[in-house]
Parts: sequence; structure tokens; C-alpha cells
Amino acid sequence: MLGAVINLSYLIGALAFVWGLRGLSSPVTARRGNRQAAFGMGLAILATLLTPNAEGNGNLIWILGAIAVGGGIGWRAARKVEMTSMPQLVSIFNGLGGACAVVLAGLELQRITGGAQAATGSEMVILLLTLFIGGVAFTGSILAYLKLDGKIWDEKVTLPQHSLINAIFLLGLIVFMVFLCWQSASLTLAVLIIFTVLTLIYGFSFVAPIGGADMPVVISLLNSFTGLSAAAAGLIYNNQIMLVGGILVGASGTILTVLMCQAMNRSLLNVLIGGFSAKGGGSKAGDTGDQTVVEVGLADLAVQLYYSDKVMLVPGYGLAVAQAQKACKELDELLEGNQVEVKYAIHPVAGRMPGHMNVLLAEVDIPYSKLLDLEEANAELKDTDVVIVVGANDVVNPSAEDDPSSSIYGMPVLQVWNAKQVIVLKRSMRPGYAGIQNPLFFHEKTKMLFGDAKDSLTKLVGEVKNQ
Amino acid sequence: MVIDQLIAFFDTHLIMLYLLLFTIILGFEIIAKVPTVLHTPLMSGANAISGVVIIGGILLVKQAAANDWILLIGGALAIVLGTINVVGGFAVTDRMLEMFKKKQK
Repeated sequence: MLGAVINLSYLIGALAFVWGLRGLSSPVTARRGNRQAAFGMGLAILATLLTPNAEGNGNLIWILGAIAVGGGIGWRAARKVEMTSMPQLVSIFNGLGGACAVVLAGLELQRITGGAQAATGSEMVILLLTLFIGGVAFTGSILAYLKLDGKIWDEKVTLPQHSLINAIFLLGLIVFMVFLCWQSASLTLAVLIIFTVLTLIYGFSFVAPIGGADMPVVISLLNSFTGLSAAAAGLIYNNQIMLVGGILVGASGTILTVLMCQAMNRSLLNVLIGGFSAKGGGSKAGDTGDQTVVEVGLADLAVQLYYSDKVMLVPGYGLAVAQAQKACKELDELLEGNQVEVKYAIHPVAGRMPGHMNVLLAEVDIPYSKLLDLEEANAELKDTDVVIVVGANDVVNPSAEDDPSSSIYGMPVLQVWNAKQVIVLKRSMRPGYAGIQNPLFFHEKTKMLFGDAKDSLTKLVGEVKNQ
Repeated sequence: MVIDQLIAFFDTHLIMLYLLLFTIILGFEIIAKVPTVLHTPLMSGANAISGVVIIGGILLVKQAAANDWILLIGGALAIVLGTINVVGGFAVTDRMLEMFKKKQK
């Protein structure tokens, strides 16, 4: 009887995951969907706790204690994080999920080395795969976190010929795994530790060459890895809900990754070998030639905005760094009060996480109807009076359209140069994350406003108020 | 030999294989058309679901002998890591989606 109830709970839990994920893909039902999925998880955990044990009390104190500690930490982190640091937090959470799979597979493999139980070849395959995928998701996510948080710069972790090294590394690990499955008796504790360490190093190395606008892609990919490792762990325990939950995440993460790649008009392979780096050729950072930039005065700009009919803002990662979303909203309200139409052009890979800008603008209650996607924005840019680029760079780079030698050539971009005037808010002339020079800054229609984005926007709001 | 064992494994776990393949198709179908505005919450919600791996941790600790310290401590660590992922993931997704809702008023 209890067994049937437990199995049914797993079934309901798995259905809740499916419904929840479906709900999450539409704005109206998203919040309910998330809660349905959470309910499914709670039910599954409860059912597992109630599963009868052959002997003893099933170490419930240990389990409940660990859940309390983990739940407390997770809850606090989720409540306290700034919306601008969301990509970092999602990366860390994802890494911990991977780490969980690594610990599990490691413990199961350690039992085998102890000789406590014999393993079949298929068990070895599944255990090693769980360890490997989970390990890559773990350390890969940690490096992604460090990169997003600006703690590590890309050049410091990339070796010459890095993608070649990665390919050989991966091949070596696969050979190692095949050997272990074939000769499962050779798995001693020392060999297990070596394999685990190598896997963890590979995870770092895998993410090392990827940076810039490719971060949303890699975060989404690592997310799908964590799902796959959970699914593989489900095979170890012959547990259906782990399999269903893991595969759903793996599949949805893969789709999201592909969507991101399509938005940049590049293949996943090209992203993984770090095609976005400055080495890709084209005009490099600092290669400014004898071109000059024109700065704009705050008062002039304020007048210009005040008497425009239509203004479009292009937010980018700089907006997140400067936490300038509130200042954006103030400027928006002020201009709307004077019958100026204000819109936002959101490039699919703006920011460091899929949909990053939408989250930030939603935080300050900017209506969904004001946000334009790439195609809508490009259509409307032609009759826009002033475009204000707030901390975006690579997504407004004309080289993507007219410079075949540029490493971002072919990526769809926002054609801001079609507007009557472009204002670029930037901290300095430093190139974007991708390290590519941006001819937009030297364009005849462009004027620069140097400084912290929040600072500049706040001052601008003050000037507009004086009109 | 390993291949034989893998085939035998899937033969004895045939239902798992069905589940695996159907779920892959289901996962692709559910997500195929998602508006950009939901990419972040979708990813973070899916990320929380991938924390389902803690079920394995709980099962492992439940089956451990009361004096098997390696399994107890290791398993508890796995549960802590997994729970952070689950609870934090769902909570942060809910927080994000709350902002979207507020705006629709």
C-alpha cells in the first residue's frame, strides 16, 4: 500500500514537472508553472523520505539536517541577490546541482572500489557518465560565475591553441572512461580520484575560451548538462522522476542553447571553440586609426531628447553593471510626460544571460509593450529620432554587417545607425567584452557621453527636468 | 562485452528506455517556442528542476549503514548541495516572475 502511494507520488511529481515547464514558457502562466514544478519536487522528496527501509531508521536525522542546511542557504541567497547579479547566482546554483551528481557518482564508485559490491559494465558506464557530465557542469559553472562576476579575465585562463588542447583532453577522458568500463577491476580508489580530478579540470578548461556575448549560450548549455547528469543518476537508482526531471531540463536547455546560437547566426561548435575572441581578425581594439569621436554635452542632449518624437534605448551589460535601470525608468517617465515615445530595443544576446535585459527592465516596471525584439526594433529604428545606447557594444556593431574580416561578421545586430542620431553612453573608449573595435563610435551620426551609465542618466534626467 | 551488457541493461530496464526517449521529445516540444522575456526564468526554473538529483542523495543516505561515515557525510554533502539548487532555484525564479506580474496591472 505505502509502496503504491510512493510510486503514485513520483508519477504526480513528474507530471508536475512537465506542466510546470509548460507553464514557464508563457508569460501568463509562468509563475504558476514554477510553483507547480516546486510542488512536484516537494512531493518527490517527501515520497523518498517515506520510502520504507530494509533496516534501521534510514539515517533520517542526517537527511533532514542536510535538507535544512541546504534549504536555508538556498533561500537566503535567493532572497538577497540583486537582480543585476542574477546570471552569477543561476550559474552557482547550476554548479551545485552538478556537484551533487559528482558526489553521488563518486560515492557509488567508491563502494565498487572497496569491493563491497561488484559492478557490471553498464553500471560503470552510467556512473562514469554521471560523474563526467556532472563534473563538467560543476567546474564549468564555477568558472562561468567567476567570469561573470569579473573576478577572472578571459585572457588569464586561455592557453594558446586552447580549443585544440580541449579536444585532445576530451578525447583522452573518453578513452580513460572506455578503459575503465572495459577493465572495471582496474578501478582503485586512486584511479577514481585521478579521473574525478581530471574531469573537474576539464570543466574549467571547457569554459575557459568562451566569453563575451557567448556567455548566455554557455550558461544555458551547462544547465542542460546538469539536467543530463541528474537523468544519468536516475538510471543508477532506477528512479523515474530523476530521469524525467533530468531529461526535461537537458532537452529544454539544449533548445534554449540552440535558440541563442541562432540569434547570433553561429553554430554551437563555433561558440565552444571561442570564436568570439579578438583573435578572430578584423579591426582590433585600439586600432582606431586617425578617427575621432565626438562628445555630446548633457544640456544639448537634454534639449534634443525633449523635442524628439521618438527615442529608443538600447540596453546592454553596462546597464546591469551600473545598476542604471531605475534611472532609465525616470528618464522614460519624464519624456513620456512630454509626449515623447520611448521604446527599448532588446537584442537576444544582450547582457550575460538569456533574457537578462528583460528581467532588469521588468524590475523597474517598464511595460512589456515597450520592449522590442531585434526585428521589430530594426523596423522602427528608421523613424527614431534619438537612439541611446546604454552599455551595449557588440550588439550594435556595424562590422557585423559590412566587415567580412570581423569575428562577429554575420551576427544580426541592431541597426542603430539608421536612426537620425545615436548617443552612446560608455565608461571609456575600452572595447566591449569581445575585444572588437566598434566603428559605430566613429560614425557621423554618433556622439559619445562618457561616464558611468547610472551617473550619466541621472544627470541627464536632471537636465531634462530643467527644460 | 560492455556493449552486450548495455543492451542487456536496457532490455531489463525497457520502461526506462521508453521514458527516456519520450521525455526527450516532450522536452523539445514544450520549450520550442518561448518568448525572449521568459528565457531567464525558464532557465532558472529548469535549473531548479535539475536539482531532482537530491533524490539520489536521500536514497544513498537511507541505505547507508549507521557507521559508514564516508557515505553518511558524503551523502549529506550531496543533499546540502542539491537542496541549495532546488530551494534557491525555485525561490529566485518566483521572485523574478513576481516582477513580471506586478507590471501587468
